[in-house]
Amino acid sequence: MYQLKKLPLATLVSSILLLTACGDDKIVEVIKEVEVEVPAPVPTPVNFSYEITVTNLTNSQPLSPVAVILHKQSHVFSVGGIASLELEQMAEGGDNSGLMNWGFGLASRSGAAPIGPGASETIMITIEDVSDANLSLASMLVNTNDGFSGLDAWNVSQLALGDSWTTNAFTYDAGTEANTEAAGTIPGPADGSEGAGFNTDRDDSGFISMHPGVVSSDDGLNTSILTQAHKFDNPSMRIKVTRIE
Amino acid sequence: MIKLKPTYIAALLALSSTASNAAELNIEIQNLTHGIYFTPIAAVVHTPETSLFEVGEAASTELQMMAEGGALDGLSTIATSINADVLANPAGGLLAPSAKAAGALSTAAGNTVLSVVAMMLPTNDGFIGLDNWTIPTETGTYTIYLNAYDAGTEANDEIRGSGVPGMPGMPVPPPLETLVGQGGSGVAGADTNATVHIHRGSIGDNSMTDGNSDVSNTVQRWLNPVAKVTVTVN
Repeated sequence: MYQLKKLPLATLVSSILLLTACGDDKIVEVIKEVEVEVPAPVPTPVNFSYEITVTNLTNSQPLSPVAVILHKQSHVFSVGGIASLELEQMAEGGDNSGLMNWGFGLASRSGAAPIGPGASETIMITIEDVSDANLSLASMLVNTNDGFSGLDAWNVSQLALGDSWTTNAFTYDAGTEANTEAAGTIPGPADGSEGAGFNTDRDDSGFISMHPGVVSSDDGLNTSILTQAHKFDNPSMRIKVTRIE
Repeated sequence: MIKLKPTYIAALLALSSTASNAAELNIEIQNLTHGIYFTPIAAVVHTPETSLFEVGEAASTELQMMAEGGALDGLSTIATSINADVLANPAGGLLAPSAKAAGALSTAAGNTVLSVVAMMLPTNDGFIGLDNWTIPTETGTYTIYLNAYDAGTEANDEIRGSGVPGMPGMPVPPPLETLVGQGGSGVAGADTNATVHIHRGSIGDNSMTDGNSDVSNTVQRWLNPVAKVTVTVN
């Protein structure tokens, strides 16, 4: 594809020297500059595409629609860091719309639906002309207060075409909502899918950490809406990344 | 297969021919937990023939001092006696949940493995452990995730008590004084396994004034791994 671009190299400045003889025989130099735009050949964009398969390794924790993000700068999350508003919305309520429009994102894709325990989903993401993007993923364990799993800023340039990389992801705690496990605070099916999701209050540690695990009513927290079925361990999510283009 | 950049391969080849046992290391330890504090950390580089602890074997008295009370004196004495290189207490006290501490260490020839230990609070004798990790000779940055161990030396009663080896209960230094409950009746008797083993986790309860445990069941718990060690070989 060719397109017109006002590039310095593509700009021809023609200086035309006109010699005009006037009546009194004085020679006047008139310089006329003509700027000519020429079509500059632009290389065909190169697509880098990745197929990402996410498998839910938990017993009874559906994973909210996975946010898949390619970016060059910053982190989607890091242990010890403070959760962004976008991460908090995902971790407390399973809503990844903020992460889909995250300011540092160069490309983003959302999973089609929640991924049930034992199930998997394959999501494809493409980015143009960026071979060394960082890949991040995030998804809420929906039967928790603010637990999530994911991957932060893994550099995809390590993958040659056709190569795959598989990792097992830990479970993290956004640190934005206390892990009360109480009725009304869990957005997942454990609470009848009627529990509250995201709210702007931050009443927990304030920093992202590894998730301490849930207690459940079966393990002595009588105010918990969760049962033994909702307990989980590390890892909670398997991620396979294949470079397909 | 992971694609290596040609320059990186060249660097590896160059290094492999000049590998030396002495090394300049930078060691960073991060507490990954939500609500567990680490007592002063000992990062010890020593010979492969020695070790600070072994799973399935009874803890030494020196390890017990660390695991029950956070005291590094005993392990320091051992480290000196085996000519180990030690990075002691890089956090300058307790390492809070999610916090990091780092320090540099020059290692002597022959000291080729790294061990890291620190007590976990509030627990009775839980500790983070890295046992004889072979330090790569290639320059680079390496990440290791650590699990929580139980020294097997004290009953996990989960109630306030002493950090003195052999004395029951958990030491509760500041700032844990206000974070740990009181009045618990006690959770568990002596460990069935009296050797060093993977910690089974705390039970806890949601009362600050009574119940079985003085540990908070929603906050002061963990899943493995509990610590991340980042070693940079310079």
